[in-house]
Amino acid sequence: MCTYIVETIPAKGSAKSTKGWIDVDRATVSFDHPVHAMTPHTLNIDVTNSKMDASYRVALELDANSARNLANTILAVLEEAPLALQQ
Amino acid sequence: MRDRSIYCETVNFPGFNGDIIEGYLAKSVGETSTGSVVVIHHMPGYDRETKAIARRIADMGFNALCPNLHYRDAPKAQSDDAAAASRANGGVPDDRLIGDVAGASEYLRSLDNSSGTMGVIGYCSGGRQAFLAACNLDFDAVVDCYGAFVVNSPAPEFPIRVLPVADQAANLSGALLGLFGIEDTFPSPDEVKELERILTSLDKVHEFHTFENAGHGFFAADRPSYRIEAANKGWVLVEEFFNRML
Repeated sequence: MCTYIVETIPAKGSAKSTKGWIDVDRATVSFDHPVHAMTPHTLNIDVTNSKMDASYRVALELDANSARNLANTILAVLEEAPLALQQ
Repeated sequence: MRDRSIYCETVNFPGFNGDIIEGYLAKSVGETSTGSVVVIHHMPGYDRETKAIARRIADMGFNALCPNLHYRDAPKAQSDDAAAASRANGGVPDDRLIGDVAGASEYLRSLDNSSGTMGVIGYCSGGRQAFLAACNLDFDAVVDCYGAFVVNSPAPEFPIRVLPVADQAANLSGALLGLFGIEDTFPSPDEVKELERILTSLDKVHEFHTFENAGHGFFAADRPSYRIEAANKGWVLVEEFFNRML
């Protein structure tokens, strides 16, 4: 089914899209049908610049386990990084 | 069965609020007077597979038009990027859906070989939207392919924004063909039975089929949910239904 489960957050950084590097101002996280991944539902992350054409999107479709592992790994890596470097 | 010629192109027409949107037209060229079908794409977008559905319906001898429901979200983007933009914007609002389907119907009725009869078919989220459209617009034939949240509300823990539409069933304008998978949980077999009970109580013409060894998305030939037997039987039922009603 289409779950419509989606959250959008502001984000700051850069991402490399099919058209080159872009400045990022938004990330959308959803759990819904993928376009390409071969599982019925995936954790989807879209990193975009809301002022740019939608085709500059950087997209991920991960199965639930992979998404959890990624999220935990991101948090673990941030834990290792000195706080002074995270300003 | 004879081979039919079809003609396909992207067209523009006014949708909700008079906004010009695009759609994919598949016209059955050889027919001098034929029915039409609005094809509602699934949430992953106005994609190649949905356009193939429009062509298949044109090959049955009908004119078909699939409005791009995500056109406003990203007019120049590829279908998957536009679907992502729509998702980030909260999806397709119901009133906008009805307006865009109305615009597609009007466009189809204006074609030189239109008989004036009108059908609508939708898959997944489009199944619910086909039902919703037919409760607000004039259709002769409605096909709901495993649309969730027609009867049931999303569970409390779901942050879902859509609302059930079965309370509008008294206004359903056309006969309804419902195609479902026994292994689906959204809609579950119990939800399908409840919809059938509601339609029976309202004396609405309907015909439901629930296929074994099939779950959600069994028509989707490019996805792991594809079930060839259910899909093939389903397509036969769709063609018979449109031939009878349009």
